[in-house]
Amino acid sequence: MYVYDKYDQQIIDERVAQYRDQTRRYLAGEISEEQFLPLRLQNGLYVQRLAPMLRIAVPYGLLNTRQLRKLASISRDYDKGYVHVSTRQNIQMNWPRLEEVPDILAELASVQMHAIQTSGNCIRNTTTDEYAGVSPDELVDPRPYCEIIRQWSTLHPEFAFLPRKFKIAVCASQKDRAAIHVHDIGIELVANDAGDIGLQVMVGGGLGRTPVIGSVICEWLEPRHMLSYLEAILRVYNQHGRRDNKFKARIKILVKAMGVDAFRAAVEEQWQSLKDGPTTLTDEEFERARSFFTTPDYEALEQDAAQQVLQAQCDADSIFANWVLRNTRAHKADGYRSVTLSLKATGFPPGDITAEQLELLADLADRYSMGEVRNTHQQNMVLADVRMADLHTLWRELQGARLATPNIGYLTDIICCPGGDYCSLANAKSIPVAEAIQARFDDLDYVYDLGPLDLNISGCMNACGHHHVGHIGILGVDKKGQEFYQVSLGGNQGKDASLGKILGPSFKQEDMPDVVERILSTYLSLRAEEETFLDTYRRVGIEPFKERAYAEVN
Amino acid sequence: MPKLIKNGAIVHDDWQAPASGDTAPAGHICTLQQWLQLQDKSGSAVQLEPGEGVQDLLEHLDAIALVAVNFPVFTDGRGFSYARELRQRGYEGELRATGAFIRDQMTYLARVGFNAFQMTDESALEDALDSLHDFSQCYQASIDQPLPLFRRR
Repeated sequence: MYVYDKYDQQIIDERVAQYRDQTRRYLAGEISEEQFLPLRLQNGLYVQRLAPMLRIAVPYGLLNTRQLRKLASISRDYDKGYVHVSTRQNIQMNWPRLEEVPDILAELASVQMHAIQTSGNCIRNTTTDEYAGVSPDELVDPRPYCEIIRQWSTLHPEFAFLPRKFKIAVCASQKDRAAIHVHDIGIELVANDAGDIGLQVMVGGGLGRTPVIGSVICEWLEPRHMLSYLEAILRVYNQHGRRDNKFKARIKILVKAMGVDAFRAAVEEQWQSLKDGPTTLTDEEFERARSFFTTPDYEALEQDAAQQVLQAQCDADSIFANWVLRNTRAHKADGYRSVTLSLKATGFPPGDITAEQLELLADLADRYSMGEVRNTHQQNMVLADVRMADLHTLWRELQGARLATPNIGYLTDIICCPGGDYCSLANAKSIPVAEAIQARFDDLDYVYDLGPLDLNISGCMNACGHHHVGHIGILGVDKKGQEFYQVSLGGNQGKDASLGKILGPSFKQEDMPDVVERILSTYLSLRAEEETFLDTYRRVGIEPFKERAYAEVN
Repeated sequence: MPKLIKNGAIVHDDWQAPASGDTAPAGHICTLQQWLQLQDKSGSAVQLEPGEGVQDLLEHLDAIALVAVNFPVFTDGRGFSYARELRQRGYEGELRATGAFIRDQMTYLARVGFNAFQMTDESALEDALDSLHDFSQCYQASIDQPLPLFRRR
């Protein structure tokens, strides 16, 4: 993974010092609340319903074990001993004290971490595939590109006060695991007939109040132009994006208003003055970035032999066999698999992980997975490089720590924002809805029979829980001070991305497990052989679901 | 006489703020509308408001002596792009930030090409000078450091 040099370290150390002084001046009454707001936001600090929330940047989700242990100790020393994995692959702490945040940032800086631009109207953490570098369906490793974007976007002087937040994601695999169609900028690395790598650039996607699928504005961009082209897009947005209405300030609204062709022309015009300038990337810089993401020192293992041993272990233990089937996936290297740890055990808030679990995970990563862990945007964690021969031992350890729930990609692997229990923006609670659904569908055979299913819950229309792209999406709404839940169907975050369609009037919280059950039984009664929930929905449309969902409610 | 920061020092201002009217009184910075009416733009001074953009100025960059960019609210970041674009397209005269910006934005402002800073509260100028040195290193190419870090490491 990327390792800081003296420059990177100096920049974040100076940032900590700057924020320490800003906090001091705020507490001394020298800065107003209004002035402090963007300063603390751009250092990751929200003020929530009950306490501040600190969002720590995890560039493209990658953590080493030193960082994991530091997060564990910070959560114990400054918080309540647990953290939360966010849908931007970041880490959130829910109970820090405002006056201690500079100390937390200094601790983070000691392990090459920070909270820069994890909120505020600026360029946020760039996200990518959690299986980057190890997935068999990958064209190239997207992380060097992400790291180049991370450095460029960090404290960019021109783009720290944009009309609204700005999110970039990069995908380099056949299956899109980074939701690039619903980002302000989505970059897909593609190859031409000659085998050269280029960038396809999408712009103006997003969720939130007005969900939009992004539009391609550049079919093929040479990688060396990546940053100057991004600057051109950001400059057009910074100058012309709406600032009079927070809800119309995202780039998607500008792209819609101008039309994608006029937007593209404006970007091209700006780009002419930036193209081939000093920001043009060099071969040396790509080499340098790639040098941090080289193939680890895999042992030379025989795939067939490893498979046989694993098969024998699976034959002897059906519970282990099931976990291997559900929570591990194929790896580029012979004799290895990637393991996804579920942070979706029933009875615990989705995405939460305790200090003890973090420390255990650090030990396990050191022993079994090259000392690295990844956060996923589905709020789980990945050990990317596990020898197949180690899977059984690893699984036993994970089981003991409640990290082996075999539900990755299934109904109970729910994406869920912190919701009304924590967030001051939320209209409704989301965690109790997730828990009630997980509790209702505790029969794993039934869950597996449903096939792959994304159920996403957001507590308000800001859509942190990505409800628009859930096959089943649930949105908390406020009706005259009461919490209700709107259901949408048919969303999808892959390359054939689609936005969910609203089923109809919203439901009461206590009815939600029943509503989900009726939707699922509708699917089961209508599905053709081998059809997933999404396939069936796309074939039959929303009507049959609507009829059943509301038939029994009244 | 009002004071401001110019080229790293606190100095007296030679210009007066824009005034209303069809033409700017002598010694006053022009509004964009007033400036557009000027026959002779050599040695002129113009203030840009958010939304006005730099387009009208581009033909006259060699003639203009001062471009002031107003920040009516400090969170409106359009002026950062105006500054950088003006410098990038060859403007070499005084580029002045004016209005409600705060000292915590000083490094960003300097990096996009501002060399003068006029704050509503003049007593804040000393502290603002300190804030110019919040960072000694940066990743991006910008006006004060034309090479990105990757060309300097």
